[in-house]
Amino acid sequence: MIHLEPRGQPPRWLSPLLTVAAVVVALVIGAVVLALVGGDPLKSYLHIVDAAFGDIGVLSDTLVKATPLILTGLACALAFRMRLWNIGAEGQFLLGAWGASFVVLGLGLPEGTPAIVLIPAMMLAGALAGAIWGFIPGILRARLGVNEIITTLMLNYVALAWVQFWVFGPWSEGGFQQTATFPREAWLPRLTDFGKDIPLFSGLTTHVGLVFALIATAVGWVVVSRTRWGYEMRLMGDNAAAARYAGIDIRRYIVVIFAISGALAGLAGMSEVAGSVHRLQDRISPGYGFTAIIIAYLAHLGPWRVVVASILFGALILAGREIQPSGVPAMIQGIILFCLIVADVFTRYRVVAGRRAAAAA
Amino acid sequence: MIDLTLILAAGVASGTILLFAAVGEIFAERAGVLNLGVEGMMLMGAVAGFSGNPWIGLLLAMLAGAALSLIHAVVTIHLRAEQVISGLALTFLGSGVARVLGDGLSSAGSIETLPRLTIPLLSQVPLLGPILFRDQSILTYVGFVLVPVAWYWIDRTRPGLNLRAVGERPAAADAQGVDVVRVRYAYVLVGGLLAGLAGATITLAISPGWFGDQTVAGRGWIAVGLVIFAQWSPIRAAVGAYLFGAIFRFILDLQGVKSLLGFDNPFQAGRSATFFLEMLPYAFVVLVVIVGSREALRRRVGAPAALGIPYVRGERGA
Repeated sequence: MIHLEPRGQPPRWLSPLLTVAAVVVALVIGAVVLALVGGDPLKSYLHIVDAAFGDIGVLSDTLVKATPLILTGLACALAFRMRLWNIGAEGQFLLGAWGASFVVLGLGLPEGTPAIVLIPAMMLAGALAGAIWGFIPGILRARLGVNEIITTLMLNYVALAWVQFWVFGPWSEGGFQQTATFPREAWLPRLTDFGKDIPLFSGLTTHVGLVFALIATAVGWVVVSRTRWGYEMRLMGDNAAAARYAGIDIRRYIVVIFAISGALAGLAGMSEVAGSVHRLQDRISPGYGFTAIIIAYLAHLGPWRVVVASILFGALILAGREIQPSGVPAMIQGIILFCLIVADVFTRYRVVAGRRAAAAA
Repeated sequence: MIDLTLILAAGVASGTILLFAAVGEIFAERAGVLNLGVEGMMLMGAVAGFSGNPWIGLLLAMLAGAALSLIHAVVTIHLRAEQVISGLALTFLGSGVARVLGDGLSSAGSIETLPRLTIPLLSQVPLLGPILFRDQSILTYVGFVLVPVAWYWIDRTRPGLNLRAVGERPAAADAQGVDVVRVRYAYVLVGGLLAGLAGATITLAISPGWFGDQTVAGRGWIAVGLVIFAQWSPIRAAVGAYLFGAIFRFILDLQGVKSLLGFDNPFQAGRSATFFLEMLPYAFVVLVVIVGSREALRRRVGAPAALGIPYVRGERGA
């Protein structure tokens, strides 16, 4: 008989070790599956590494992909800490991208409006649109007890159709499924913009969005680990009843956390259109909001670990675009998530086999 | 002009997809296991339908759904992992593997579908006959039979009583000699089997063709939402499923019409306003879940008490 016994306090090295082991095991399983369907796993993996970290140019592209992942990953980690299952970062991202685009295309601002006005307005609009999209499931959960998993998921589809309406309809450029390219004033500064002074930077597309993401990470870390809010959030996540007795207004927290989570994802959408794509288009997100769920879990909800996980998944998304069949990255993500779940079980429990188990039971 | 009978008949057919998935999820959740992997299991079922022979495809689809749900069962029942995360992982895995397997499959509808039947006498019944019993896929009729059977099984039989006990008071069920682990495994597998069947219903009966993720297009998630609206009752799930089936069908048909009540139809295929139509089912799910949640609050009933909580003998549930 095999038996699980709770560990008291797992040793500090165990969790990171098992996390790394889980990723390795997932890649091995992924390789076996790839080989079974007739692919060449070694070639695929080497391709991913080369296409994501091979030289400074692709490394910069990896960071561009990691930027929205850090922000959406933080959005998920924040909500998950309170055991609020915000699966809607994808929709909040889309709304944020739309909100930022609305400032450029829908407000009728005069041509040549300076970046110093335009960029903050886009950030505000993106974060606000995302926050509204997070607020809806938050208020429904807090006031009516409506399951947030379903509402956030459904709002993803609504958000997608909303963006499609604008890029196919009012903002379509020449009948294509995309808007016109934004004016330069609406672009976030990129490394390549400094290429004249620092030749190393020329051609590099990493943009200021990465700085936003790192600032958000730092703020998130301080709030979670150094303030009363962070303490109360952890308390609510671990033991809602105890939190209620302690006089914490759980409902208000739910709404506020959902709105902040949505704002972070919305800012990710803004950063993507203003920093990387420079227009709104149908396929603006290759599933950043969904990958963010795995990132939050891989990071054990820790803000700095979200950054590390985002770079890994940024690499997978960047290199995965060229891998055929197209389902491979999603499949590997699924396998990684399962391996992480199992690793988590081994962190919390000790596996006991044989007679001792029978005696213990 | 739109023929209402034809739309409703097609709505019933399309509702059958949601029906199988929702009833499957009801079985799993009634046993206390939340499985959010329905979308992934349906995609696996949908792709397994493409195996040449439709009957073999049907069988493979159910096996594929069950195989995927077995992973969820092991991880959540034996390893006591968080059911929400495991279910999400199942969706990623299912959709990824399905897309890998479906690579290169055609969207043109080249596969053979399951036979369609008209029931001799019943189809003559005024109003309902042509909607329910004329030229429907054999799977639609399976759906008609499944609803009362599922209701009877859950509410009126001994195994059904055990099922409910395991979902509500697993410790009490255990004390009565019910094998909680075995019951949970069994119904999670039944849920997977039905989700696979739901996926196969898309490709083998309703709209043959492979469109990647868009083959299922969120219907797995809609089914999960329907379970809440249905208050975990197969009969209410059927009502919801056919209603949503009709909505999906209506949206599809409306796009093929040139003029509407004498006006130019703004929702014709290819026009941007159609995207507002496409939002409808998803927005409607939100409404329906709000209704379901309010009702649950008011009547103080709702989800099975042990839903989402792993069972360990001798430990008190959280």
